[in-house]
Amino acid sequence: MTPEPNNPGPAVPSRKSLLRFENVTVAFGADPPVLNDLSFDVREGETRIILGAAGSGKTVLLKTAMGLIHPVSGRVFLFDEDVTDKSEHDMFNIRARIGMLFQESALFDSMTVAQNVAYPLLNQKAIVMPRDQMEPAVRKSLSFVELEHTMDKYPSELSGGMRRRVAIARAVVTNPPLLLYDSPTAGLDPVTAHTIMALILKERDANNTTALVVTHRYQDGNLIANFRYNPSSGCLDPVGSDGTKTIFMVMKEGRLVFEGGQAGLEACADSYVAKFVKQPEAEAAQGW
Amino acid sequence: MLDALKGPVQALQDFYELAGRAIRNVFRKPHYVDDILLQMEAIGVGSLPIILLTGFFSGIVMAMQMGRGLQDYGQTGRTGQFVSLILVRELGPVLTAVMVAGQNSSGIASELGSMKVTEQIDAMRALGTDPDQKLVTPRMIATALMLPCLTVIDDFVGMLGGGITAKALFAVPTSQYWSTVWHALVWSDVGQGLTKPFVYSFAVSLSGCYYGLRTTGGTQGVGRATTQAVVTASIIIFVLDVFLGRIFLWISQL
Repeated sequence: MTPEPNNPGPAVPSRKSLLRFENVTVAFGADPPVLNDLSFDVREGETRIILGAAGSGKTVLLKTAMGLIHPVSGRVFLFDEDVTDKSEHDMFNIRARIGMLFQESALFDSMTVAQNVAYPLLNQKAIVMPRDQMEPAVRKSLSFVELEHTMDKYPSELSGGMRRRVAIARAVVTNPPLLLYDSPTAGLDPVTAHTIMALILKERDANNTTALVVTHRYQDGNLIANFRYNPSSGCLDPVGSDGTKTIFMVMKEGRLVFEGGQAGLEACADSYVAKFVKQPEAEAAQGW
Repeated sequence: MLDALKGPVQALQDFYELAGRAIRNVFRKPHYVDDILLQMEAIGVGSLPIILLTGFFSGIVMAMQMGRGLQDYGQTGRTGQFVSLILVRELGPVLTAVMVAGQNSSGIASELGSMKVTEQIDAMRALGTDPDQKLVTPRMIATALMLPCLTVIDDFVGMLGGGITAKALFAVPTSQYWSTVWHALVWSDVGQGLTKPFVYSFAVSLSGCYYGLRTTGGTQGVGRATTQAVVTASIIIFVLDVFLGRIFLWISQL
């Protein structure tokens, strides 16, 4: 099935392309491709929700975008620059402009929370920050996720939700224009999951960052598409459908089976796509 | 048949590539001096208790067996000579390397393996650090510096254990024992005794790093990587010992 270009949101062609995949295929050995002829274009200010079942290639998509995995064919463009064949060392400067939240947070166990958050400031060659400005930057980033008091703790002393929030602080400490979130709410209870989503919205609305959010929960996408962070109340307020630039993508076995706005997604007749939209409704009806 | 060989050949190529990158990084910035010192402490100081114990007891066993054999010829006074030669040339370097492999190849593999399965290696790359430079090279340098030192300690405590045994079981005077120990050794023995652990150190550190960094399959994979690292390091040490032994014999005949 080809991607449906219906209702692709309020995309403005003049906006800069931050991430572009052109017929990207990723495969490991003789196994079937994990990403199969994937093409899409993420423009500045957009939020892309990538839905898909486990094993559909969502995480590999983000890692390919980051240059951590190299495609066997196709081209990957970051900030309008072809990065497909770039060496690891050349990629470091480009990666400095991208923040990534890994699925299991991927905090360094041997470092404190503060050292984890300061890590990109110390190690990204493209970021030159005087040492005396680092602590305030780390403190600011941790206060953004409301975990300033955990600076001297080790990741093993934190709960799963707190680790996820520290990982967000680490991803945003360099103020990157592009953020990649890999299953930010996976394995969390509903209350903590909502807190994490609120942080993602807060980051988007405060800094107008472009983001790719991989998830298998439609309600996460719904929240991003229809709510805005209210800085005065600290709550999420509903907005009109034109208020956010959110585009949904649905992945199935490495292929893009849907790309478009929320209305198009909800109207899509494909049973695989509909499964992601209908499931939360069914859960709500059962009082989950 | 050829397909069956593909896997091991690919693994060997990956191993050499990792070794090449790790050695190249010694001459490239940035240098993670803190990590090198940290690893020197973990590998050097951390392995000291097992080296002291195994060295001491291997010396005792060697003196016991040598003394018994020499007793038939009335030459127990030369026990020290045999103990020192075997320890410095062969047993010290090999035993120390195998013990350090058991302690550190496994430790390195499990640490890096855990980092791999929890995406910390990917995070490191995403945050501007080359894992080879940050993780592999410091471990390689630290092992290369510490293993010869540990071997010297192992040799010494082995000789000490041998001396106590020679005196207790065969009534060899202490001064005579140490005199034969000292006079048995020539500079080429010392060179051989220090070169071997230096070479083995690469097998110890790089096999740990190699299996750690290619870990897949969660915690089960970490366990598998740990075992493979120790087994591979031990095999490489014994194979290298044969070649190095032959090379040093050839050099001594020149």
